[in-house]
Amino acid sequence: MATEILMPALSPTMEEGTLAKWLVKEGDTVNSGDILAEIETDKATMEFEAVDEGTVGKILIAEGTEGVAVNTPIAVLVEEGESADDIAEAKLADAEAAVDEPAAAAPAAPIEVVTPKEMDIPEGTEMKSTTVREALRDAMAEEMRRSEDVFLMGEEVAEYQGAYKISQGLLDEFGDKRVIDTPITEHGFAGIGVGAAFGGLRPIVEFMTFNFAMQAIDQIINSAAKTLYMSGGQMGAPIVFRGPNGAAARVGAQHSQDYAAWYSQIPGLYVVQPYSAADAKGLLKTAIRDPNPVIFLENEILYGQSFEVPQLDDYTIPFGKARIWREGSDVTIVSFGIGMKYALEAADELAKEGISAEVIDLRTLRPMDLPTVIESVKKTNRCVTVEEGFPVCSIGSYISSRLMTEAFDYLDAPVINCTGKDVPMPYAANLEKLALTTTKEVMDAVKAVTYR
Amino acid sequence: MQSLHGGRDKNDACNSPAPLIIDSLTLNYFIDVGGKRTVAAKKPAKKPNVSKEELLQYYKDMLLIRRFEEKAGQLYGMGLIGGFCHLYIGQEAVVVGLEAAAKEGDKRITSYRDHGHMLACGMDPKGVMAELTGREGGYSKGKGGSMHMFSKEKHFYGGHGIVAAQVPLGAGLAFSDKYKGNDNVTFTYFGDGAANQGQVYETYNMAELWDLPVVFVIENNQYAMGTSTKRSTKSPSYWERGAAYGIEGEEVDGMDVLAVKAAGEKAVAHCRAGKGPYILEIKTYRYRGHSMSDPAKYRTREEVQKMRDERDAIEHVRDMLLTGKHATEDDLKAVDKEIKAIVNEAAEFSKESPEPSLDELWTDIYAEAEV
Ligand SMILES: Cc1ncc(C[n+]2csc(CCOP(=O)(O)OP(=O)(O)O)c2C)c(N)n1
Ligand SMILES: [Mg+2]
Repeated sequence: MATEILMPALSPTMEEGTLAKWLVKEGDTVNSGDILAEIETDKATMEFEAVDEGTVGKILIAEGTEGVAVNTPIAVLVEEGESADDIAEAKLADAEAAVDEPAAAAPAAPIEVVTPKEMDIPEGTEMKSTTVREALRDAMAEEMRRSEDVFLMGEEVAEYQGAYKISQGLLDEFGDKRVIDTPITEHGFAGIGVGAAFGGLRPIVEFMTFNFAMQAIDQIINSAAKTLYMSGGQMGAPIVFRGPNGAAARVGAQHSQDYAAWYSQIPGLYVVQPYSAADAKGLLKTAIRDPNPVIFLENEILYGQSFEVPQLDDYTIPFGKARIWREGSDVTIVSFGIGMKYALEAADELAKEGISAEVIDLRTLRPMDLPTVIESVKKTNRCVTVEEGFPVCSIGSYISSRLMTEAFDYLDAPVINCTGKDVPMPYAANLEKLALTTTKEVMDAVKAVTYR
Repeated sequence: MQSLHGGRDKNDACNSPAPLIIDSLTLNYFIDVGGKRTVAAKKPAKKPNVSKEELLQYYKDMLLIRRFEEKAGQLYGMGLIGGFCHLYIGQEAVVVGLEAAAKEGDKRITSYRDHGHMLACGMDPKGVMAELTGREGGYSKGKGGSMHMFSKEKHFYGGHGIVAAQVPLGAGLAFSDKYKGNDNVTFTYFGDGAANQGQVYETYNMAELWDLPVVFVIENNQYAMGTSTKRSTKSPSYWERGAAYGIEGEEVDGMDVLAVKAAGEKAVAHCRAGKGPYILEIKTYRYRGHSMSDPAKYRTREEVQKMRDERDAIEHVRDMLLTGKHATEDDLKAVDKEIKAIVNEAAEFSKESPEPSLDELWTDIYAEAEV
């Protein structure tokens, strides 16, 4: 019996990949465990092992092919005495069809290259398409070049180049004095980071994800956030805690929480959650220079997305300034981080239906640019907030209360908060989809507040 | 048995302070295990005389885990399993050996690398595989996933995704047994990486202070994700860290199921006798990447291959069965077939079981209070 070899999924977020290299050729015999091919995923180049034994009858997808959807047949294994050709003919047609339409097979987030209303850069600045991942790395590299006191510490940041490849190349450039692999000891190394900051250094502490920062949250809040106050202003902790926050894909309840609202509660912390690569870069540079502890919340799903980033020698973005991505007159949609994806998609769809939405990216949650939000609501008279976190005591509920206090007379409808559901993140694919907020929910909310 | 409580015998020449792991990335890693250094520190438990039936059972149990994991890897590649999926291939002898030392009522708790533990304690492969695919027929109705499964019936307390969080939980389970006055023991499994977390040492202290019946099982597979043990600690052996708290322990060859079983029996006897916790540092090796998305550039393919060729735990038992004439090639072929059928059935079930019903999103958040 011939067996099809299918393009494997090799990471939680992979939907398609590049068949970088075949390590076998037609006619080769393979055993279970042999490396068949190298496949580039959204994160890394992986070796793909054979599960079944047999002879490589036909290679259906040539090496170097990009955008091969997961589960596309890439080769056929045959048993002794079988002819590859009969089976392969039909498969080849299938495989070609599948490669031709990767978009259909991969409902991944479209690569948004929306040009926002530019507020942070001079006109005529050269722009370059950059992923959020590269932008974060560039920000750290630039700041490490600028000051010897800046160093990066965390699990797998150095030799492994970052669990999500954010620190790629930094060990090579800066050496192991400044790019430091830690044991798995979040509470310990977060505290060591805070102590080093007390001592005059500028640590960047990477949490592999913010879920693991829960091990360290005491040091973040009790030591980093409060010391300036407790010391009567004598000393504080200039430190950045950064890493992916919120849900990735199918990683379950303990690995999928959004901590934006948690940290935003704490006086003494700044909290940043960028959406675009340009903001990731400009805000991270600001965070590293700031004399206060900064919680810098990233998102795993956004890491691979490309945005235009200004090519400036020193591009920084001040905290506490929202960005208006899209101007509109009927409703104000306020979001941040990955929530912006839903906000912008909804605004696009709504435009087709004749509803004009203004979309605001808060970018920093603490300090929060409420004046920009309030000004916008005074114009549109309606507001919908969008975030992935839990609904109770959320960022959205805070915005709602401030709007009620400061723009009550301007509101023509109650503010609606689109949030993650009030449940731990389920693993099952169908339930996970329901647990997160969606573009459709945002659209429905907008229709509700605009009474359509 | 020499106890670490009393300190070590200074006259014992073998009790050298040299690190136990001479070269943790080669086979030397295992050479001292069960050899003179360990004897000096603590005499390793004597290998039990096992019957042919028992040996064959261990073979089957280990093979089931291996084939199950291979199948899980395949289903992951097909996109049927999502998220993280941490395979146990290479480490099978650890759980099979320790389960052979357990009795009904004993508890177990582990990390996200949990499939092997579940199969070894008798959980149904169908329910485990269906949890991996996120289906209604899974142990957590599809809501937990690969890293979070539980079985009250089999006293399996998870499946935990936060590195080392299960360690105090395991001691707490042991606390509950001691409190109730029974003689159950809790096997608390964690990795070499987890062994550096602070809560492990808080737990050691209390477990010994209160004589909790817990076996701390450190599955030292030499790597925590991409970090080899050498790069995460200068303390040469993990089991010896217990000495600071007065906990006895030893190092075990985790590629030898009989050695694991013997050590397990000794540890369990210690706990059941009311002498408090015991540490087993079990030297083992994972053949696959940390999870499905690990390119594993931190070790050579040769290193993995050498381990597979020379130390594979399943091959070892297979050899014992054949050379001892306890089984023929044909007998073992029949076993292979039997296991393959179980695994295929589990895979089929995991594909056919429906996705959980949408109301499940909102259930199990709170337990009903009894009025
Ligand atoms: C508190 C915490 N930090 C980091 C992680 C990410 N992480 C998951 S597994 C792992 C490595 C653990 O290695 P080890 O304890 O040796 O267990 P093994 O995977 O080898 O079984 C890391 C860093 C996590 N899940 N929890
Ligand atoms: Mg390990």
